[in-house]
Amino acid sequence: MNTLIEATELTRILKETVPVTLVKDISLTIGEQQFVAVTGPSGSGKSSLLYLLGLLDRPTGGTLSIRGRDTARMDEDERAATRLANIGFVFQFHFLLPEFTARENVEIPMRKLGRLSRDEMCRRAGDLLAALGLADHLDKRPDQLSGGQRQRVAVARALANDPPLILADEPTGSLDSKNSEQVFKILETLVREQGKTVVAVTHDLDMASRMDRRLHLIDGSLITEADKSMISSEGETPES
Amino acid sequence: MRLIIDIALTHIFGRGRQTIVAMLGVAVGVGFSIAMAALMQGGQDDFVRQLVDTMPHVQVTDEQRTARRQPAEDLFDATAISGLRPRDDRRGIINPTAALSWLDGWIPGRFAATLKAQGVIRYSGQEVGAAVIGIDPQAEPRVSPIIEDFKAGSFAALAAGGNNAVIGDTMAARLGAKLGDTITAVSSEGLSRRFKIVGLFHTGTTARDEGEAYVLQKNAQILSARPNAINEINIKLNDPNAAVTVARRIETELGYKAVAWQEANESILEALVVRNVIMYTVVAAIMLVAGFGIFNIISTITHEKARDIAIMKSLGFTEADMRILFVLEGVAIATAGTLLGWAFGFAMVYTLSLVRFEISATGQEMTRLPIAWSMLHYSIAAAFALGSAAVAGYLPARRAARANPVDIIRGAT
Ligand SMILES: Nc1ncnc2c1ncn2[C@@H]1O[C@H](COP(=O)(O)OP(=O)(O)O)[C@@H](O)[C@H]1O
Ligand SMILES: [Mg+2]
Repeated sequence: MNTLIEATELTRILKETVPVTLVKDISLTIGEQQFVAVTGPSGSGKSSLLYLLGLLDRPTGGTLSIRGRDTARMDEDERAATRLANIGFVFQFHFLLPEFTARENVEIPMRKLGRLSRDEMCRRAGDLLAALGLADHLDKRPDQLSGGQRQRVAVARALANDPPLILADEPTGSLDSKNSEQVFKILETLVREQGKTVVAVTHDLDMASRMDRRLHLIDGSLITEADKSMISSEGETPES
Repeated sequence: MRLIIDIALTHIFGRGRQTIVAMLGVAVGVGFSIAMAALMQGGQDDFVRQLVDTMPHVQVTDEQRTARRQPAEDLFDATAISGLRPRDDRRGIINPTAALSWLDGWIPGRFAATLKAQGVIRYSGQEVGAAVIGIDPQAEPRVSPIIEDFKAGSFAALAAGGNNAVIGDTMAARLGAKLGDTITAVSSEGLSRRFKIVGLFHTGTTARDEGEAYVLQKNAQILSARPNAINEINIKLNDPNAAVTVARRIETELGYKAVAWQEANESILEALVVRNVIMYTVVAAIMLVAGFGIFNIISTITHEKARDIAIMKSLGFTEADMRILFVLEGVAIATAGTLLGWAFGFAMVYTLSLVRFEISATGQEMTRLPIAWSMLHYSIAAAFALGSAAVAGYLPARRAARANPVDIIRGAT
């Protein structure tokens, strides 16, 4: 198994008048093509951990490397570049840019990266959205879409630059059960069929149980790592 | 970069009314700056043109820059001499024929020599102090500013010979003399001579119209008892800007004081510089105010779009991208405002150029506002507008770009 993320004693303390510990001494290794659940009570530091793994926040202690690169040595621009090409975020709230259509929102990370021609970007955005069942909504703006549709656009945007790592913070938290199941299935397909690594915060223990691994947090600390035995599925390929 | 421009445009079009207000602020600033610059520059150009037209570009007089050393000082070198009775010098440019033919050899322009003597003009009991100027009627019209201002007769009337004079109309009025009357000129040497008025001029410059009488050079020489003397050479150059160089060369060569028009009007030209400094200060102040409008809208947008900024940063946009985004928004508004302001300024300047009126009380008639059309005014106004917009956009942009996206994403969920 190729290692994607390696963290040792990862700690994040907010230096307020009374210091707040968000994440404490978390050591973990996440390999490629893993579907990882992050669970824990509200306020246990799940989001904080995701922000650290996604290079949105900097740890105050410990080390974090992504694909073997020590993130402590990256400057802000390198961290931004890493986010752009290697990490896709999906938040509980869709966070689409309100002035742009679904397709344009998906195109934005591609245009920022600038690897494809405008035609290719347009086609890829259309394909990604169509694969998520949004073929008829390409030119609608976020306020013309339902909650489930917006969240799927957000997933498409996270996939825009084909990053190996998707971080999802309660992606189904604001959706009804039918839409939740649909978004969950999409994430599952990403891991099983496209070889992505998905780390998803969820409150739904049933969903967590269907994932490869579960990281349970309490008060910022990792309590147990309830590893599930490797589920073999058709999308999984042996490590080289 | 196209992406950043697209995002910038959606932001400013999303705030239509505020964008228009900020844009109009810039447009009004740019427009008024252009109109003001056109008027100020126009006035200045007009003024300088009048100076250049009415004055000799270089005037050579029979004076020296420094007092002449007395022969006694040369003889007794080491001693300080006081109470010396200076030798009475014969005034006038020595060897005028040689000097004039030397000038003729190289001066890029025209010149005329005169003998100017102070005297008094009398007629029927009235007396007016005047400069009696002896001229060469052939050469004088080529350098004289009066040539266009004759009400009756001309310098040519002097050429015929005889005791004729051309005087200003104000002097004539004060003397109560008319064309054809005979006046008496008395020199400071006490000699007097009678002249028939064969020409009247009106320049609008009171000192001229009231205080100058032109006669043949020979007559002036007789009147001041200085046969063959001249004491002034007036030069008009093809290029008035060459005056300083020409004056310097004449002064070194002939030894007489040669004054370029720029030197003669140094304090006035300095005042014009001060005027320009004041004008550009006002332009800067206007643009500062326009800058506030831009600062206002960019601040509003950065606050309103704090969440979008956080999202874009989470997607992989850098702080520099975010700064560029909002500076660009400010500059885009200023650019639109500048274009509108150019049209507005042009319209205003055009309207001003149509205004016509008369001022006769000052002695100088002006029939329209002097206006300068210059691309430079448009460029300077645009530079000020875009510069202040860039600063006005940069300040909120920098703050917004620095914000930690985590704080905003956490707050929004
Ligand atoms: N800026 C902050 N100031 C003070 N406390 C904070 C701040 N941000 C987060 N916290 C606290 O840190 C803890 C962890 O938050 P979070 O990572 O969002 O937990 P979770 O996502 O598991 O609900 C919570 O108790 C939260 O209240
Ligand atoms: Mg959370």
